[in-house]
Amino acid sequence: MSVSPRPPPPRSPGFLPRPGSRIPYGFAPCPSQIFEYNGSAVVAMVGKNCFAIASDRRLGVQLQTIATDFQRVFKIHDKLYIGLSGLATDAQTLYQRLVFRHKLYQLREERDMKPETFASLVSALLYEKRFGPYFCQPVIAGLGDDDVPFICTMDFIGAKELAKDFVVSGTASESLYGACESMYKPNMEPDELFETISQALSSSVDRDCLSGWGGYVLIVTPTEVREHVIKTRMD
Amino acid sequence: MTGSMDLPAKGGFNFDLCRRNNMLEKNGLKLPGFLKTGTTIVGLVFQDGVVLGADTRATEGPIVADKNCEKIHFMAPNIYCCGAGTAADTEAVTDMVSSQLQLHRYATGRESRVITALTLLKSHLFRYQGHVSAALVLGGVDCTGPHLHTVYPHGSTDTLPFATMGSGSLAAMSVFESRFKEGLTREEGIELVSDAIRAGIFNDLGSGSNVDVCVITKGKTEYLRNHQLPNPRTYASSKGFSFTKGQTEVLSTKIIPLKQKVEVAEGGDAMEE
Repeated sequence: MSVSPRPPPPRSPGFLPRPGSRIPYGFAPCPSQIFEYNGSAVVAMVGKNCFAIASDRRLGVQLQTIATDFQRVFKIHDKLYIGLSGLATDAQTLYQRLVFRHKLYQLREERDMKPETFASLVSALLYEKRFGPYFCQPVIAGLGDDDVPFICTMDFIGAKELAKDFVVSGTASESLYGACESMYKPNMEPDELFETISQALSSSVDRDCLSGWGGYVLIVTPTEVREHVIKTRMD
Repeated sequence: MTGSMDLPAKGGFNFDLCRRNNMLEKNGLKLPGFLKTGTTIVGLVFQDGVVLGADTRATEGPIVADKNCEKIHFMAPNIYCCGAGTAADTEAVTDMVSSQLQLHRYATGRESRVITALTLLKSHLFRYQGHVSAALVLGGVDCTGPHLHTVYPHGSTDTLPFATMGSGSLAAMSVFESRFKEGLTREEGIELVSDAIRAGIFNDLGSGSNVDVCVITKGKTEYLRNHQLPNPRTYASSKGFSFTKGQTEVLSTKIIPLKQKVEVAEGGDAMEE
C-alpha cells in the first residue's frame, strides 16, 4: 500500500493536442469548458416601455480571435429579439430552427408570437435535447401586449428564468451580474438605458479575455428600434 | 435525422445531438453545470390540510442566477408541488404532469387526486433512472383528505406528515423535528413552515432570498408568494449610477422606425354591386 498520496497530474493547457488523440496536428482538442470555446457576453435590461439587448462582437476559437463583427443578437420579429451565447455553431443552428418555427406560427396564426410564448417555445426546444443538449444560453427580450417589456434567460437545457430588471449570459456573466446589479435603475428612459447597458457591457467584457472586441446594443421602443455599435477595448 | 424537416416534435426527448456530444466528451469536454435550485423545500400536514414552503434562490454553480424564482409549481387547483434539483427537470416534469392531470380531469369530470399526480411523477422519473434529476415535495387535499409525499429522482416516494428536501433539508428538518405536532392550526402551520425555510435560508449556502408559502385546504388554495422577505436589499444607494448622455463611445447608429399597423376604418360605404 502506498504511504504518500500521488501528486495530482499536471493540468494540460487546453490548446495543445493531447498525446494519442487522432485530431490532426494544428487543431486544438475541445477544451474542458465548451462554453469557453467561442466566448460571448449577452445582456438584456428593462426600461420604461422599452428594453435593451446587447452583446459583444468577438468570435474566437479558444484564445485566438477569428472575427470582430460576429452577430449574437438576432431578430425574430419587430418587437422580439433573442441573444444566444455559448457555442457559436449551436447558436446559429438554434436561431435558424427558431425562425423556422416562428414563420410557421405566423402562417398559422396570422400574427407575431408573444414574447412569453416564444420563451416557452425556446424552453421546450432546449429541454427536448435534455440528454444531448445545444450548448447555448439564450436571452430573450421583447415587447408584449400593451408594449410591456419582457426579458428572460435560460440555461442550456431550458430552465426559464424570468426577471423584471436584467438578465445576463455568456463567459462574462459573473462580471455582468455585478455590473448590472450596481448600475441598474428601474424605469429608465431609452437614452439612459442605452448608456447604462453599454457601460455595464463594456466594463464586464473588460474583465473577460474571451469576450469583447466591440459591442452591439439594440434599444427597442414601441415606435422605433435603435442599433448602435459601441467601441470597447480591442484586446 | 438531419435531412428531415424540423417538424414540431411528437413529444418525449430527442437524442439527435448525443453522438456529437459524446465525441466532444471523448476529446476532453466537461459538461457545464445546469441551473440548479440548491434549495430548501418543505411540507407539512395540519388539521385542515397541507402547507408547502420553499426558498427562492436559483444557483448556477456558486453564482446566484435568480434571486426570486418560483419553486412551488401548480399541478392542479388542489395540488401543488415544490421542486429541488435541476431547475429544467423540475419545471418540465411538473408542467407535464400538470397537463396530464388536466386531461384526466376532463376525461373523468372529477377533481384530481394527489396519488394520481404521485404515480405519474414516480413512473416518469423511474423510467429515466434518475437522469431526470427532480426531487419533489408533493402536497394537496382531495376527496380522501390531505396528503403529503416526497418523490426522489430515481422514482421512490414516501408518504409523510412532514417532509423536507433539497440542500437545506437538514436545517429545515431540525426545526420540524423539534416543533411539529399533529393537529396544528393554520397560523401555527404557516409559522412552522416559515421558520423551517428561514433555517434553510440562513444556514444553507444553496438556499436564500425569500420565503414562499402555499396553504391548501378543502376547496381553497392560497399561494402566498414572498410571504416573508428576510433579505432586503438595503445597501444600494438611492441615487444609483447616472450616466450622462454621450458618455459611451458610439461607432455607428442605425434607427429603424417600426411600421405602425394600419387602422381599418369602420362603417365605410359598401362596394357597388
